[in-house]
Amino acid sequence: MLKLKVNDIDVEVEEGLTVLQACEKAGVEIPRFCYHEKLSIAGNCRMCLVEMEKSPKPIASCAMPAAEGMNIKTNTEFVEKARKGVMEFLLANHPLDCPVCDQGGECDLQDQSMYYGVDKSRFKENKRLVPEKNMGPLIKTQMTRCIHCTRCVRFATEVAGVPELGAIGRGEDMQITTYLEQSMQSELSANVVDLCPVGALTSKPYVFEARPWELRKTETIDVMDAVGSNIRVDTYDWEVKRVLPIINEDINEEWISDKTRYACDGLLHQRLDTPFIKYNKKFEKASWAEVYKIIKSKIENTSKEKICGFVGDLINMETSYIFKEFFDRTLDIKNFESRSDNRFINTSKRENYIFNSSINGIEEADLIFLIGANPRYEATILNARIRKSYLNNNTKIYSLNESGDLTYPYKSLDGQTLTLKNIFDGAHDLSKNILNSKKPMIVLGESFLRLNNAEFLFNKIKDFLRKNDKFLEDWNPLNILSCDASSVGNFDLGLINKETDLLKDLKSNKFEIVYLVGQDNINFNKTDEFVIYQGSHGDKGAEIADIILPGAAYTEQDAHYTNLEGKIQKAYKASYPPGEAKEDWQIINEIAEYLNNRKLFNDKEELESSMFNYLNLQKEKQNKDYKYEFSGEFKNEKLKIDIKPYYFSNIIARCSKTMIECNNSKLNLKSTGTEG
Amino acid sequence: MSLRRPAKIQPENFEFTSSSLEAANKIVSKYPDGKQQSAVMALLYIAQRQNDNWIPLEAMKYIAKFLKMPYIKVYEVATFYTMYNLAPVGKHFIQVCTTTPCMIRGASKLVEACKEKISKNECELSSDKSCSWMEVECLGACVNAPMMQINDEYYEDLDKEKTIKILDQILRGETPKPGSYRGRINNEPENNRKTLMDFKNA
Repeated sequence: MLKLKVNDIDVEVEEGLTVLQACEKAGVEIPRFCYHEKLSIAGNCRMCLVEMEKSPKPIASCAMPAAEGMNIKTNTEFVEKARKGVMEFLLANHPLDCPVCDQGGECDLQDQSMYYGVDKSRFKENKRLVPEKNMGPLIKTQMTRCIHCTRCVRFATEVAGVPELGAIGRGEDMQITTYLEQSMQSELSANVVDLCPVGALTSKPYVFEARPWELRKTETIDVMDAVGSNIRVDTYDWEVKRVLPIINEDINEEWISDKTRYACDGLLHQRLDTPFIKYNKKFEKASWAEVYKIIKSKIENTSKEKICGFVGDLINMETSYIFKEFFDRTLDIKNFESRSDNRFINTSKRENYIFNSSINGIEEADLIFLIGANPRYEATILNARIRKSYLNNNTKIYSLNESGDLTYPYKSLDGQTLTLKNIFDGAHDLSKNILNSKKPMIVLGESFLRLNNAEFLFNKIKDFLRKNDKFLEDWNPLNILSCDASSVGNFDLGLINKETDLLKDLKSNKFEIVYLVGQDNINFNKTDEFVIYQGSHGDKGAEIADIILPGAAYTEQDAHYTNLEGKIQKAYKASYPPGEAKEDWQIINEIAEYLNNRKLFNDKEELESSMFNYLNLQKEKQNKDYKYEFSGEFKNEKLKIDIKPYYFSNIIARCSKTMIECNNSKLNLKSTGTEG
Repeated sequence: MSLRRPAKIQPENFEFTSSSLEAANKIVSKYPDGKQQSAVMALLYIAQRQNDNWIPLEAMKYIAKFLKMPYIKVYEVATFYTMYNLAPVGKHFIQVCTTTPCMIRGASKLVEACKEKISKNECELSSDKSCSWMEVECLGACVNAPMMQINDEYYEDLDKEKTIKILDQILRGETPKPGSYRGRINNEPENNRKTLMDFKNA
């Protein structure tokens, strides 16, 4: 520990910290533009100048390592004069366009110039002119505002792993640009908008939409992937204007993926805002009472074995739970399912379907083996962690398949399951590496779980790790990478059918009533089935429906989600459902009331506490002993990583115009203006 | 000085010739493993030498691949240093120094001469496509100001007439004599040496 003085306050800091961090520890705020906790130190804006005893010149506190016995002053005239000088230079070329700048109100330069700005400019020359740059459909540039802090360049190189941004030219002519002005090929690209301390990089879809002080801010949870990033949803009346990250060091640090950030305009399009009934292949508007009446008569006239239900990928746990209760208590039949494919899952123990090493644990791992997973597209934020681990610890990364650019180097194998079997029989070079590593991580993707031999291989892997003592008290090497926000929550709640293969039965048209709650991914040839679709958007599920019940999207209800590492988090209501739409749990509750004249739950609190009781009970019931089952014969097959198109992976993203543009820019399609 | 942009018309391919490759490998081998990127400036210079005194984008890409670094990093370096030419220059490439000492001694007259004889604007090829000129910062021959550099040679102590004469020679395809145009040897004082008289070769 080093002892130093900041404004005569004694502070002790660890070795390796900078003067700026020491000042923060003493409670002194230092203005800065280029310095950012999560990025490397550049020291080029000079705004953080402080006075150091025995130094004739002010020092840049962000780049100066703290040392024993330093005496730092931050409130002297000398410091203020230095900072004022720096600010004057920064403002020399900065345009006076705050009134038309989207950063206005949340601009670091604006805020800091209130303290250090001079009221009159002495710069009589013409201001610099910098052409706008093309950085793709998400980032709007206004490069005359740029103060060359290079935060964006460092972010792209270090965190995103796509070194495409750079500073070209020199001196006054320096410009920040992408290589030959191509759009940034990263799923984290829009984080540079948050990083930019001025209005040089702003959000293109949000351009001139609102001022920050007009928006209502709600801190909630993202559902675009299973990571459960913490976000802040900014709403103006009903409309969700934008989504920003909030810091959660255990999950998303400070970043969110482009899909999380920009799929929110999908919440405005193709919404179901009133109940519909299909007459003669045409949908007609109806009232809630009408649709409930029809549902009641249909259910009463159908034998209960002929009824089945599926929940979708964005459904919150409350809805899933009441859906299950509806089938259990109201219908008294267990025909419900949350998967839309036949992937293997063993829910006897919780560790069989969650990301056990945890997201933070990635940074401790010394070997990562990806099997049937492409984390770059399936869990972007998690991929950034793997890259961080690679950069900090030089973690060895293997993948069974060649999966293109993952933003870090990895060794790929041939993609055959026979190789996998060999590895976990101990007869492969990689087996030794796994044995020698202290904290290995085996990441199993959904593509792996869809294999015919998934169960055999899953047990094989677990067995191998168990036998070789890789399960430690503080380390569990088994990781399942779920793709959908609702997956783990649904497994925790037991929305899974072990006895019968519902999908097969559905495809062979055994059911008469199919109840889909936000489930759009099931492909079956509809014949005489009566399909009830409940959801927020009109998509594949609503198309085949006979009755549509308008539900709410994730920003429109208070509810819980469990992320892939099994962490339960609450999402808060930022907006309200459009038109006559209702919250999802409410609809199911009301149908139950119509059928039995009794509500399942009196209110949401009751539902919530009942759900938590159930979850706690399940935790206690967990299968403690461990059995190896090697049923079935092993047959070699090729593992193919089958991922949904990144920008269209769920119903909200499919309805988002921004996501369509992102997809087009990736395919290098020029917009023609006629896409609608 | 303004931001230099890469030329609009670019060759489709670039590859080191065997002699360039040899020189490049020699430079790269000077750096420890994993630090090969440090050779980028030298390699850019080799590429410029090979490619008629300018660096096409393909050469930057080639060097980036050669050193296993991102394209943008090479591009940054190439746009930063003004001695890398990003657009074609004439076979005779004339650089007129216009930094303060030369400026005081009448460098603007040299610029005028270039404008008359070669092309109206900087970095434009002359009508016979053999020459181009540009203003540059200090070339380190302030004692003999004003001066200009043609390819690898310095022409010093110039004025407008002398410059025109040199340029005429160049345009005719002759090689003018480099050095001082006021009869000085190197940077001796104007009217003979005043000090170190005893040394012949001082």
